[in-house]
Amino acid sequence: MEIKVVKKVLDANNEIAMQNRKMFSENKVFTINMMSSPGSGKTSILEQTLSMITPEIKAAVIVGDICTTNDAMRIAATGVPAVQINTDEFGGDCHIGAHFIKKAAAELDLENIDLLIIENIGNLVCPAEFDIGENLRVVALSVTEGEDKPVKYPLMFRVCDAVLLNKMDLLPYLDYKIDEAVKNIKMIKHEMPVFQMSAKTGQGFQPWIDWLKKMANVE
Amino acid sequence: MHELGIASNIIEIAIDSIPADLNNMPVEKINLKLGKLSSVVAESLKFCFVTLIPGTRLEGAELSIEEVPVTAKCKKCNFKWIVSEPVFVCKKCGSGLIDIISGRELDISSIEIADN
Repeated sequence: MEIKVVKKVLDANNEIAMQNRKMFSENKVFTINMMSSPGSGKTSILEQTLSMITPEIKAAVIVGDICTTNDAMRIAATGVPAVQINTDEFGGDCHIGAHFIKKAAAELDLENIDLLIIENIGNLVCPAEFDIGENLRVVALSVTEGEDKPVKYPLMFRVCDAVLLNKMDLLPYLDYKIDEAVKNIKMIKHEMPVFQMSAKTGQGFQPWIDWLKKMANVE
Repeated sequence: MHELGIASNIIEIAIDSIPADLNNMPVEKINLKLGKLSSVVAESLKFCFVTLIPGTRLEGAELSIEEVPVTAKCKKCNFKWIVSEPVFVCKKCGSGLIDIISGRELDISSIEIADN
């Protein structure tokens, strides 16, 4: 006997993501989910971004990692509240689930935060699948990775709202073809803004900051 | 990469879906729709499912996976097509403004329980 079920397997996660989104919206917190492969420079991008928007914008960061608190310590050094999530206590997950965000957000004073950036676990596969209650998704990609990353990980580039193309200062030492990388991104998502930047030098950050402020509606 | 957690969710949902009056009958099959754009690998998911079910209400059940193709619709000319490679550009008018209509499914459609 066949019994109809029609249930989304990720319903439990999506339900908590909706609760998170409501909680952030009620507290007027704009939330960004930042994703990338390991080592593309998410934390450096965050440090540079925070130095350009704080203290005018009251920001906070949730950092996800399988292990260590290194990234949270780097963020905390900028003076911005940072909460570290280590998924290994819960089985070494490859992504942040909505329930982790719910738990981490409880440690933040949401009423006094305008912008919350969530640094997801370095992985271009799984985090793309999981809604965590964010308003915006961005993916960092560095020029030391292949130009074909977007077509290798189409879902990630399809679900994101902007690409941060990092480590542009290394371009003279590489055979990286920027045009090809941008073409591949546009093939996955035509309307995707691509911000070419270097978190090390600060080069190219202003357009990203302007866009971010516009999207978050904060000045 | 997260197939073990997904398999565990599937098992939980399937067990919750068994009607009380059929509680003693063996579950034969779980039917799952899996979009080709989802970041879940069917073979890995089956492996995890088989690993997890011994000792549960689903012991002996098969996880049957129907892969759903990625279909897109052009926002400009309304053309619909099956996306078979990672290029999200309208095959008819070349526009890049498109909606993904299917391909992200990760849905349990039904469970099959022995009748007698």
